[in-house]
Amino acid sequence: MPEIKLPCDVAGKVDAICERHGDNPGELINILHEAQHLMGYLPEEMQRMIARRLNIPVSKVYGVVTFYAFFTMTAKGRYPVSVCMGTACYVRGSEKLLDEFKRILGIDVGQTTPDGKFSLDCLRCVGACGLAPVVMIGDKVYGRLQPVDVKRILDELE
Amino acid sequence: MKILSIGDLEAVRGRAAGRLQLREQGDRNADGRCCGLESGTGHMQVLICGGTGCKASSSHLICGKIKELLEEKGLSDRVDVVTTGCFGFCEKGPVVKIIPDNTFYTQVKPEDAVEIVEEHIVGGRRVERLLYLDPKSGQHVSDSKHMDFYRKQKRVALRNCGFIDPENIEEYIARDGYMALAHSLLDRTPEEVIEEVKRSGLRGRGGGGFPTGVKWGFARKSVSDIKYVVCNADEGDPGAFMDRSIMEGDPHSIVEAMAICGYSIGSSKGLVYIRAEYPLAIHRLQTAIAQAREYGLLGENILGTGFSFDIEIRYGAGAFVCGEETALIHSMEGKRGEPTMKPPFPAESGYLGKPTNVNNVETFANIPVILTRGADWFASIGTEKSKGTKVFALAGKINNVGLIEVPMGTTLREVIYEIGGGIKGGKKFKAVQTGGPSGGCLTEKHLDIPIDFDSLLAEGSMMGSGGMIVMDEDDCMVSVARFYLDFTVEESCGKCTPCRIGNKRLLETLNKITEGRGTEDDLKTLSTLGKVIKDTALCGLGQTSPNPVLSTLNNFYDEYLEHVRDHKCRARQCKALLTYVIDSKLCIGCHLCARNCPAEAIIGDVRKPHVIIPDKCIRCGMCMARCKFKAISVY
Repeated sequence: MPEIKLPCDVAGKVDAICERHGDNPGELINILHEAQHLMGYLPEEMQRMIARRLNIPVSKVYGVVTFYAFFTMTAKGRYPVSVCMGTACYVRGSEKLLDEFKRILGIDVGQTTPDGKFSLDCLRCVGACGLAPVVMIGDKVYGRLQPVDVKRILDELE
Repeated sequence: MKILSIGDLEAVRGRAAGRLQLREQGDRNADGRCCGLESGTGHMQVLICGGTGCKASSSHLICGKIKELLEEKGLSDRVDVVTTGCFGFCEKGPVVKIIPDNTFYTQVKPEDAVEIVEEHIVGGRRVERLLYLDPKSGQHVSDSKHMDFYRKQKRVALRNCGFIDPENIEEYIARDGYMALAHSLLDRTPEEVIEEVKRSGLRGRGGGGFPTGVKWGFARKSVSDIKYVVCNADEGDPGAFMDRSIMEGDPHSIVEAMAICGYSIGSSKGLVYIRAEYPLAIHRLQTAIAQAREYGLLGENILGTGFSFDIEIRYGAGAFVCGEETALIHSMEGKRGEPTMKPPFPAESGYLGKPTNVNNVETFANIPVILTRGADWFASIGTEKSKGTKVFALAGKINNVGLIEVPMGTTLREVIYEIGGGIKGGKKFKAVQTGGPSGGCLTEKHLDIPIDFDSLLAEGSMMGSGGMIVMDEDDCMVSVARFYLDFTVEESCGKCTPCRIGNKRLLETLNKITEGRGTEDDLKTLSTLGKVIKDTALCGLGQTSPNPVLSTLNNFYDEYLEHVRDHKCRARQCKALLTYVIDSKLCIGCHLCARNCPAEAIIGDVRKPHVIIPDKCIRCGMCMARCKFKAISVY
């Protein structure tokens, strides 16, 4: 069995989460939600650990993690950029916005910049359609953006 | 306090009524006179929209600022500041409403708080510049009743949104909340409740349009030691936010309706399956459930009737297919959200193999009011086969983006041109997309059809959950179809072949067309393959996924033909088919375009007209956006 290399305190917290849910495989999605909160993503070791605790094959955990868009196996940047690709934002030009983010950051959707500062993702509808097109960076919502605004916004961060 | 009898419930209603009286008065207020504390008004209220859209524009800061100012002036006890759910008029958010004169302020900023407090609340003078400017008359309108956006609406499911404080159970009770539950438990048998729901003609608002009462009847008939009531709050349709707004603005209506459903079908356990991406809705729902428990309206032996019911929340994790009820149930069991064949229907074998009744948020929101006002009242609204109202998230290229609720049978024209205020920027209307990724695009010629389940289906679209996206002449219908297919391919669970592979092939063909490599044969492929997928896919997602393609092929065949035959995109959206050109007569040679061109595709000497090298141009449009002399055009 491969050695688990998670930081000690994180491993303890994962154990505690599983225990709180009674080690019940039916609670897997709720467990993964909480576990993802610990590090911002679900590294392989963490999935192995959860599988062992719940006494289910790791393939099952991996199957669930990869099925749902909310779960991720890559670490996010310090500033996670999410471009809304809901229909309302799409018809108001979010695709051009996304292209501009890709171009300036030099990364594709789902990737993180080498310095760990930015990561780029799409999301489906924040529900602020009155402000379309919308981009979320961390918890902050930027509305009514044009591609020409992208560079300025990124420069403003730090 | 625990509510143990209908008498207790009525006492709470009486106690809280005072708070709402002022607001109800405001709603009836006809003379439009402005009120202020100095001009003799005893008590005032400030309602601030706390929906996600307005919150994104800092409505919570406005709220804090107004509270702080009132505190400073020692007026806190004479003015209540209430955070409500969504008012619906998201285009003009954040919205602040002053009671009792019903003044509706739009696009308020935190720095406007001082003026609102000093001028209006104290001085009794409206802040004119924050009022809604009617684009037709050019006049300021102070009361939402007189705005075109609200005039044609009828709020049934949204009755409390933007009116009550969603985190205060007593305000909900003051609006006859939990009365429907109390009367059902005390005065009606489960069969009578189901009969009333059947008679109202309510059909499922999640997309399928199945009669709700009939569904409850099936679940009632299933015999089991335990049954489940599930609320489907996994609103996955991109660009739709009806359910979220209801949960944020009136969560108790869902709690009450689920309990009523539990009583009707013989279940004591409710589960809400909600998107994890809706933190505010989750918070409001958790608060509502906790309050209902505290008041004894959830839990053991509700109102001393022996009926017990409680609700738990389960989180979705971002999978569109989980809107399908069998997939949703698997997801709640902690598995991949893959659908299974029906039958068996969830009413026989659902969550953990037990009978389960799944309804959508908006469907539930209609239940309490149907029972308090009667099935006949509800059935008097709408058309012959589609009763009641429908909530739509109106978005896209329209002047008034927002959440609206209209009686079934209202025409698309009324929604788009009267409520929606027409197309943004005076552009020409091209299409309206209803039903999200499962629906279709309707055109100019469909504008006068009544909106109901059957009419939309007959025209190749569908009601869906209520997303309504308006598009103008700048939208390319091939790209729109590709956008939706891109979504479906990503969201397909991969279980059945037609959906997993068929949609992928559809998307590839659409990509080929938008990249200028399409042929007329490809159009035939789209049509044939689309029909095969519709006929053979396993679940609702797959069976409806080709709709965006088939409906645009049907209604915009010319546009497809132009793409493959003439290699032109009339909406100038398909990059590969575009050519950017600098007009040498207009170009003054300022070099700004060349400096901003990421591909170094623009050459020219300073003060001399520049040119674009087509081979180098990546068609990003940056030059056109930067040019101050409108010298760059695109063909």
